Amino acid sequence: MSSSEGGLTKPHLAHHFETIEKQDYAVRLGMWLFLGTEVLLFAGLFLAYTVYRHFYHEAFHEASRHLDLWAGTTNTVVLITSSLTVALAYHAIKQNKVKQCAGLLIFTIICALAFLGIKAIEYHHKFQEGALPGAFYHYAEVTAPGANLYYTVYFLSTGLHALHVIVGMSILIWILARVLKGEFSATHYVPVELGGLYWHLVDLVWIFLFPLLYLI
Amino acid sequence: MSQPSQLSTEHADKPVIPAVNYLNADRGVWSWLTTIDHKRIGVMYLVSVLIAFLLGGIFAMALRLELLTPGPTIMGANTYNRMFTLHGVVMIFLFMIPAIPGVFGNFMLPLMLGAKDVAFPKLNLLSLYLYWTGATLALAGMIMGGTDTGWTLYAPYSTTTPTTVFPIVLGIFILGFSSILTGLNFIVTIHTLRAPGMGWMRLQLFVWAIYATSIIQVLATPVIGLTVMLVGIEKVGHFGFFDPSRGGDPVLFQHFFWFYSHPAVYIMVLPAMGVISDAIAAFSRKNVFGYKMIAYSSLGIAFVGFFAWGHHMFVSGQSSLDNGAFAAISMLVGVFTAIKVFNWVATLYKGSIAVKTPFIYICGFLFFVVFGGMTGIAVATVSLDVHWHDTYFVIAHFHFIMVGAVIMAFLIALHYWFPKMFGRMYNEGWGMIAAALIVFGFNATFIPQFLLGNAGMPRRYYIYPDRYQALNVASTAGASLLAFGFLIILIYLIYALVRGPIAGDNPWGSRGYEWMTTSPPPKHNFETTPIITQDSHSYQEPGEEVEHVVI
Amino acid sequence: MTAIEDLMRRWLWLPEPRSTFAVPVDRLHFFVITVTMIASVLTGLLAFYFFFKYRERRPGQSTPLVIPSVKFEIMVISVPLFFFLLWFVQGYKDYVWYTTPPENAMDVYVMAKKWMWKFSYGAEGPNAIATLHVPANRPVRLLMTSRDVIHSFFVPDFRIKQDVVPGRYTETWFEATKPGRYQIFCSQYCGTWHSQMWGEVVVMEGPEFDQWLLEQRKGQLAGRVDSGGDDGPAFHGSIVEYGKQVALVQGCVKCHSLDGEPHIGPTWLDLYNKKEVLENGETVIADEAYLTDSMIDPRGKIVKGFKPVMPTYKGRLAAPDAAALVEFIKSLRTPGLEAVPSKEAIYEPAKPAQH
Repeated sequence: MSSSEGGLTKPHLAHHFETIEKQDYAVRLGMWLFLGTEVLLFAGLFLAYTVYRHFYHEAFHEASRHLDLWAGTTNTVVLITSSLTVALAYHAIKQNKVKQCAGLLIFTIICALAFLGIKAIEYHHKFQEGALPGAFYHYAEVTAPGANLYYTVYFLSTGLHALHVIVGMSILIWILARVLKGEFSATHYVPVELGGLYWHLVDLVWIFLFPLLYLI
Repeated sequence: MSQPSQLSTEHADKPVIPAVNYLNADRGVWSWLTTIDHKRIGVMYLVSVLIAFLLGGIFAMALRLELLTPGPTIMGANTYNRMFTLHGVVMIFLFMIPAIPGVFGNFMLPLMLGAKDVAFPKLNLLSLYLYWTGATLALAGMIMGGTDTGWTLYAPYSTTTPTTVFPIVLGIFILGFSSILTGLNFIVTIHTLRAPGMGWMRLQLFVWAIYATSIIQVLATPVIGLTVMLVGIEKVGHFGFFDPSRGGDPVLFQHFFWFYSHPAVYIMVLPAMGVISDAIAAFSRKNVFGYKMIAYSSLGIAFVGFFAWGHHMFVSGQSSLDNGAFAAISMLVGVFTAIKVFNWVATLYKGSIAVKTPFIYICGFLFFVVFGGMTGIAVATVSLDVHWHDTYFVIAHFHFIMVGAVIMAFLIALHYWFPKMFGRMYNEGWGMIAAALIVFGFNATFIPQFLLGNAGMPRRYYIYPDRYQALNVASTAGASLLAFGFLIILIYLIYALVRGPIAGDNPWGSRGYEWMTTSPPPKHNFETTPIITQDSHSYQEPGEEVEHVVI
Repeated sequence: MTAIEDLMRRWLWLPEPRSTFAVPVDRLHFFVITVTMIASVLTGLLAFYFFFKYRERRPGQSTPLVIPSVKFEIMVISVPLFFFLLWFVQGYKDYVWYTTPPENAMDVYVMAKKWMWKFSYGAEGPNAIATLHVPANRPVRLLMTSRDVIHSFFVPDFRIKQDVVPGRYTETWFEATKPGRYQIFCSQYCGTWHSQMWGEVVVMEGPEFDQWLLEQRKGQLAGRVDSGGDDGPAFHGSIVEYGKQVALVQGCVKCHSLDGEPHIGPTWLDLYNKKEVLENGETVIADEAYLTDSMIDPRGKIVKGFKPVMPTYKGRLAAPDAAALVEFIKSLRTPGLEAVPSKEAIYEPAKPAQH
């Protein structure tokens, strides 16, 4: 996919683009549009949260007290850190620091795994307590009407988010593999930038989810 | 390679099909299935959507036959209910949404921009595969028994019905992805792959229409994706998101659903309007009147169309305030369409109009878009919609637009661009016969349905009171004519494909940019990127005095 | 209505307006449709005219560049906008009036479920299925909810419609202007028999309605409107045919199929004299007594495997109607059935039917 010239690599120019600059601009625009679609995907769930919170104010307030605040905060710190490291990875490759880039990407991926692990533990807790969505709800601690709907929204939003974490992590692993193969350099780094962008979105969604679910 | 200002005209020598073109450049089924050539992808979309249209049409004929008598005629209630659901799902998600963008957007867009392909050719192929996957899943759901919820999937019926919902909603979800990626591809293509000299105000109006459509596809489709997945999850897992017995709100479903499904109708109609703009210019050899107004009104429809969804919910129990707001906004969208219609008719003024098959369809289109559009305004009038909602009046209104406007436009595109895509010409005589049959048959099918709605016949009715029979019989008779017309078109187009006379590079003498290359085009469209020096569809000869007329 | 309005009403297949809301709705309808027709026909004609006047005289001729003036653009935007906003304003005014029930409206509770309408006049009753009695020229407010999925209450003659949603109440109101019977449709798809979820609004003169309500509350069968008799469906023909009509009118067929297809209630095909096993384990023969019993007290002896959802027809079915139904059920036999030993039902050899 690229040619090497003494440490600096060149991106492959597709047959229909006149120049690399135009190609880079096009892929960036494409990625931003795609991120826009992801925002709209989550927007529906945020809307549902708002509507049901309005209907079942008491249940939502009470149920959010029963979420594990430490787990949530840790996850937030983990994700924000991972966004930092992926941004640093991008800067590293722009300066031709391949090893540093790879290391930072590995750290980011570990953060993603940590996030998923903590989430898994939280979910397991909920299954044990009976704090399950819809018809399966039997959590004795929160009995206000609409509590089951809180957990429905909780599982749907965090579940969809976790799915995106997995997708983002897979993309980063793929980028990492290409970094390790020596494909990227100071003259060829746009895929790293795009992978990082996607990861930032995953982080951003969580930054909105966390306060809505855990803090208020 | 031809320069932009040099156009083949009817005065050329005996027309030939270029020996090597995109159709025969690579051989074998595998070369087609792994192609990244936007033209081949467009042709594969064409075959796919035509199969979908045939399927949806068969469902429609079955429905109309059943409705010949007030009681049971040829099928049971459950079969009928599934039939109208599947007619809607197949027609909307497998035909109307993908057709014009997938076929003609794909084929023509790079040609009209002077580009060698779309921005992301492999993503384009992925879109096609996603379309096939989603369509297969939806069809599998049908074979497994299908569902009877109506294409609108209203909860809590859709989440509690014992019928097969999940494969169909999964299919719709994947089809949505196909739509999003196509829209994304087109937006980036239009932004980054325009030939030198092609400023935004030189873009053909079909390109503007595709641009506005793509914006809607990208922004609205994720919402329907989420919505159908919520229905599927709730059906399988009983989460109670929309089920009042578990605390959910069924009206919330309607908001989610229509937030996409109203802009979706603009996904269907905007490309159709783009085709009309180009075709009217070509067949009257005239610049499009009010180019800027038409371009901006496309964007206007896309934008304002996002805020009008509640007009599908006037009697849902929504507040009066909401109803008023949605009604007012819906009126604004109507104005944009009115602007376009004025401009199209004015394009004919002082034109040089050719009597060809597409032109018959254009006349039909103009009548249908005004009638259908204004009955849309009528149902947007809240007090009137109380009576008309969920009756055959609404069915007639949207079929006037979806069939009368969009499918006419699809046929215009098919005939206008047939020589471009395949290098051959269809038979004009048969073309005009079919066009007359279709325009007449269409009126005969759907005007009785307006009257049925007035008389009070609700939608989705398997059994109906005796007094509605006469109009139903009339509508079915019209539908038979319509079906016959489509069949004729299928036959003569297939014939033209194999044995039609060779059309030459530009049989219409059209000045759209896509006619700058050979017909059929070569695999890479242009050897060297053309430089654009004049507006599209400008029919003045160089050096000739330009007569400006201002009205 | 003026003569022209009545003419338009008939051309447009609109039923006669029978409520106070229907009149302004029809008027606005005529205005909107007339302008629509004129606009679309004019557009078509203009296109046709241009088509002839500007047809191609020689191939490849050039054409002038025609551009719009600002005045033209403004006119093209403002004329449609004017009409559309005019319709919006009038329509919205009428709509707000429609959603504001008068203070003195009589309340009726409506409960929709698959696939029937139930009406109730409050604590004192009466309750009714499928038939809504109301007085003419007095406002009536309907408070509606659904037991299962979304339905929609639609009376074309009144031009009223309102979705009936589970989990909440929705309301609508109307004032009927003329005594008569007007059809109720369900207009939101709700399942297999959505298209048969019909009902009837029976509008009576004010004093007549008051009298009716009084008698209902006393429970007197003789004075009740819907006992078969003076204004029940007139019938000609055998008692079996009459029974079939009663079955349709009373809505039995919504839950009991006639052809053996499993449904909400036991199928009537081959039901007569069938040996049924009840919920409590007892067996019973479905003879005349059992069938009649089931109409009056449906919860008493429920066949195993069916839910106790059948409403009682006590007081709704006069004796002749009930008898006719039994005869109809008796007539529903699979032809050529032999008396062979079977594991569940036991069938008597068919007797020749008396027609």
